[in-house]
Amino acid sequence: MLITIASGKGGTGKTTVAVNLALTLKELLPVVLLDCDVEEPNVHLFLQPVVNESEKVMTTVPKIDGNKCDGCGKCSEFCAFNAIAIVKGKPITFPELCHSCRGCTLVCPTGAITETPRQIGLVEKGTWSVIKTAKGTLKIGSPLAPMVVDAVRNTAPLHHGDQAVIIDASPGTSCAVVAAAKDTDFCLLVTEPTPFGLNDLTLAVELAKKLGLPHGVVINRAGLGDHSVYDYCHEADIPILMEIPFDTKYAACYARGGRLVEEFPDLSDRFLKLWDVIQHHAKRHQREEPKT
Amino acid sequence: MKEFLVISGKGGTGKTSITAGFAALAGDIVLADCDVDAANLHMLLEPVTYHTEEFIGSRKATIDPTHCSNCRLCQESCRFNAITSTEIACTVNPLSCEGCGVCSFVCPKGAITMHDHVSGHWFLSDTRYGPLVHARLGIAEENSGKLVAKVREQAQRIAQEKDVEYILVDGPPGTGCPVISSISGVDLALIVTEPTIAGLHDLERVRQLAGHFDVPVMVCINKYDLDEAYTRKIELYCQKQQIELAGRIPFDRNVVSALVRGIPAVAYAAPSTSENSAAKAIGDVWQAVRNRLLA
Repeated sequence: MLITIASGKGGTGKTTVAVNLALTLKELLPVVLLDCDVEEPNVHLFLQPVVNESEKVMTTVPKIDGNKCDGCGKCSEFCAFNAIAIVKGKPITFPELCHSCRGCTLVCPTGAITETPRQIGLVEKGTWSVIKTAKGTLKIGSPLAPMVVDAVRNTAPLHHGDQAVIIDASPGTSCAVVAAAKDTDFCLLVTEPTPFGLNDLTLAVELAKKLGLPHGVVINRAGLGDHSVYDYCHEADIPILMEIPFDTKYAACYARGGRLVEEFPDLSDRFLKLWDVIQHHAKRHQREEPKT
Repeated sequence: MKEFLVISGKGGTGKTSITAGFAALAGDIVLADCDVDAANLHMLLEPVTYHTEEFIGSRKATIDPTHCSNCRLCQESCRFNAITSTEIACTVNPLSCEGCGVCSFVCPKGAITMHDHVSGHWFLSDTRYGPLVHARLGIAEENSGKLVAKVREQAQRIAQEKDVEYILVDGPPGTGCPVISSISGVDLALIVTEPTIAGLHDLERVRQLAGHFDVPVMVCINKYDLDEAYTRKIELYCQKQQIELAGRIPFDRNVVSALVRGIPAVAYAAPSTSENSAAKAIGDVWQAVRNRLLA
């Protein structure tokens, strides 16, 4: 089972849910926890895994041979990402904008452009207790988060039928979240019961629908705010799978990097039940809409 | 004209509630919501939108199956795995297509065309605190950085036309494409953090990003009283890094109450408003930021 934890709004408790779900399940089945919030990865603050393998995430960017370039500008014209400009007949590249499509290399009539590697991030594989982890970190100043997310996803076992692979995604609904959520078995949406939480939840639901993923909601900090998230879920027929009450004790535990299910063992039952209902919904979805 | 950005690295630290507070206090400003992925600022400002425009953020490839010879050269050339081939012809998965145009270039049959793709909308609105430029990136879209650039460009245009002193920008979380587009070239960034291990970790990364773009920063610690030991840790970190603190804001349920009513916390007159309210602290932070902007 491969599930993604997403949210729309930031700071709703994605990482808390991912980490504590992993902790709850670790005695029962093999657990893999992938930190795909590569802009601000946080899982390692709560589980401090021993890193046993790290790999640079590389991309390729153009390298232009000034002797061969005649300044025709075809590369700059072709580039859809504004990563090459011709200034006073000379090409200037902006490697941080390059998407590595190789278009410039193909269109250059003088063969002046070759590809050269560039690092955009890092993937670190590790273990914490029996949990296998992988964390992606986007290099500061690099905008290409989805590529690093893909690299983290690629560390997951290919056949994960009897395992729990849990993906912690970044906030929002754009390409980086798509990379984290696509082709998973279930999308768990963590929100808080406030108007901001509701607004961003509706966006996250649209994303899950667009990707054809079965989805359900976790309401964190229940008791704070208003009832609108509950009303929305009820009307839109989206299951609320778990609530975590607002409690300054929980907030304090999170603040110093503590693990909720260890400090408050009564929460384990909620996470166990959460896993059961996720499986139930994911399997029902598979029966109803088998993957082609 | 000065551009002032509110960012956080970590999501959910209170950027938007604080930005809305500044908006209510600042007077002569133009507002820009650059969290185009999950915009919220408008929810506290009751905007009246007078202009909506489509945002063409990219192109997408389309393959005409009647001209496709199914040679699969496009599939081999696509770096984004956006092309699949059936027995009859190749097809493009628009979710994966980044619009580079390589497939169209290599196709020997000229079967592939590139067409503009609407990936969101941007809006011009009026609010009681000043003009607001905001946007909505479509679901599962890319190029949020370009849309952010559009929002900033419009805000700058309005500020110039109306001869307004400040542009107040609500930024997105993270350090990726839309954050880079939001931060480059602003005069000052306020990093809103919270007294948690993740808050400090993400503050460090976003500070590095600001350094990368030579943008001066200040820090404000929201909900500081939820963990005063961690608040001190963050303050020590700032001292060490020589980052000026703009202030602390206490955890205050009135911020949530104001949010539920759709108004900035500073405009929400709760009966129990005490000296130690978030509203008062937001005012103090704004003073500190303003002094720095004027310096």
